[in-house]
Amino acid sequence: MSANEHVLEVKNLTMHYSTRKGPVYAVDDVSFTVARGESLGLVGESGCGKTSIAISLLKLLPDNGSIETGEIRLGGIDIVPLSEREVREFRWKIISMVFQAAMNSLNPVHTVEEQILEAMRQHMRHLSEEEMRDRIDQLFELVGLDPAMKTQFPHQYSGGMRQRAVIAMALSCEPDIMVADEPTTALDVIVQDQLLKRIRQIQKQLNMAMIYISHDIAVIAEVSERVGVMYAGKLIELASATEIFHGPLHPYTMGLMSSFPSIIGEKTELITIPGEPPDLLAPPPGCRFHPRCPYATEICREQVPEFKLHHGSHYLACWHPGGEQ
Amino acid sequence: MAQGNRVLVNIKNLSKLFPVGGGVFRRTDTYIHAVSRLNLQIRRGESVGLVGESGCGKTTTGKLLVRLIDPTEGSIELVTEEGPVDIASLKGKELKAFRRRVQMIFQDPYESMNPRLTIYDTIAEPLDVQGLGSIAEREARVAELLETVGLSPPGSFMFRYPHELSGGQRQRVAIARALIISPDFVVADEPTSMLDVSVRTGVMHLMQDLGDRLGVTYLYITHDLAVARYMCDRIAVMYLGKIVEIGETEEVLQNPLHPYTKALLSAVPVPDPTYQRKAVEIKGGISRPINPKPLCRFYDRCSIADQYCKENDHPPLEDKGAGHFAACYHV
Repeated sequence: MSANEHVLEVKNLTMHYSTRKGPVYAVDDVSFTVARGESLGLVGESGCGKTSIAISLLKLLPDNGSIETGEIRLGGIDIVPLSEREVREFRWKIISMVFQAAMNSLNPVHTVEEQILEAMRQHMRHLSEEEMRDRIDQLFELVGLDPAMKTQFPHQYSGGMRQRAVIAMALSCEPDIMVADEPTTALDVIVQDQLLKRIRQIQKQLNMAMIYISHDIAVIAEVSERVGVMYAGKLIELASATEIFHGPLHPYTMGLMSSFPSIIGEKTELITIPGEPPDLLAPPPGCRFHPRCPYATEICREQVPEFKLHHGSHYLACWHPGGEQ
Repeated sequence: MAQGNRVLVNIKNLSKLFPVGGGVFRRTDTYIHAVSRLNLQIRRGESVGLVGESGCGKTTTGKLLVRLIDPTEGSIELVTEEGPVDIASLKGKELKAFRRRVQMIFQDPYESMNPRLTIYDTIAEPLDVQGLGSIAEREARVAELLETVGLSPPGSFMFRYPHELSGGQRQRVAIARALIISPDFVVADEPTSMLDVSVRTGVMHLMQDLGDRLGVTYLYITHDLAVARYMCDRIAVMYLGKIVEIGETEEVLQNPLHPYTKALLSAVPVPDPTYQRKAVEIKGGISRPINPKPLCRFYDRCSIADQYCKENDHPPLEDKGAGHFAACYHV
């Protein structure tokens, strides 16, 4: 694949948070690409660094967070060295984001329409004010909201409606890629189902790339073509959704798949992964999963496995793929 | 269901109404019917799952069963060696004695513990409140329970504080605290929903294992049907304060009868990218049961409702065979 087909290329990204107890490497040497129109799911448990990747991609890091090394190429341009002013040209227009807590992304004192207009006035200057308002109507219909609601305030929306409004906002400037961080986690299952279907439909219809972040592997299975699995700040496996779910090779992914309950199929016994995820202030040497891994050997305790192509388009960071010795 | 069909908890016509609006000096005749004439029998040794979406009344039901709140109407009988006792009418000493028999495990292990108490004090607190055991006995019992819930060696956990433990470890402490006085009945309100997948399974196994070993009866409240499948012998589905369907877990999941259960099940995401789910047949969104009209509560959202459902009261739970009950005029 030529570089041009990738809307996003992340190379050796490492970021940390400075804390009183020392630096916490939330993202450690992570590389992946996203092709135009593709939907990539990022899955992992709390504290694995998936949200830190998301906010790094938009350079929305808090004061104590910084990108140490690596490249984030959007349409071929590395945004890591760019100033805040320069990065603003990319946000909304090239890359946009939907957060878990929709209420926090909406300003309570402005109508939803005003807030979407504000983003569009910056990036969609070729449109007249009236064209922008028309576009908001279309966006509302696209996300499944009544356009008449656009002049209301966020508190007049239900949780599911707010999340739809935030998605409409994220789509307003026709981004190449949308990052969605747990957008349905706070919603009930029926509302979640409606929203997931809508997100998938929009993403295909607009041929927009998407990174969908979730801790819930069932949700990831619903929305992703490719899936990346994160553990303790590392991307450990990346492959097509079918391969991740039906032929995982990293023992952590294998464990996740067999510890997740499902309402369909035979009721198989759930496997427990022993232990707990490591403290990122002092991660274990070698492979970060080795203290919990049933296949770990000497080399796993000493050397960090490289994240590399295993076969086809299946990437992996493991000394014993599939548990083989 | 280890110990046959003996009923341990018998809930009859239980209701809880919360006033809406109004105030100290202002009366209101508007009420949310959070739990509405609910009937449920829980057998000794079984685990009953109470499932439903937020606002369906499942947590309110749990709180009523442990008397954290008082019911507006109805009775909750706990069958003891001395015969049935109505939990709803207990006061003073009797209420305190009742608390030995019933315990609760909460969703958030970060909020349900006093941060200033050590793990030892947290777990031993129920013994202290009930005035049970000498200091040496309490210590031995706490150590034994820590071991049982997988926090071993006990000595390395006893004198730590909640903030020093992970979420999974805290939930294990909460389980130890709930079980230390050997209750008959435990209400567990989303005990694993804040835990990560890799840690959650361990806590699920622990609760099942202890349930079997100590003969604990659980009411397991959850929004997650896949977790309920693994934790519960029977599942009761709640919608706006009512149980709309109840039956053996696999029976309800594989052969749902009520249109709401069907919709709920078809909306659950499946961890298999090649699986095609059925379309979800439901209209509109969830409302709140504020002064509900005398018709089926699911009427507005139901895909098979007709005039009859609108003109008649909410349907009663009827036996559709093999202990599978549904509250619907059309199944």
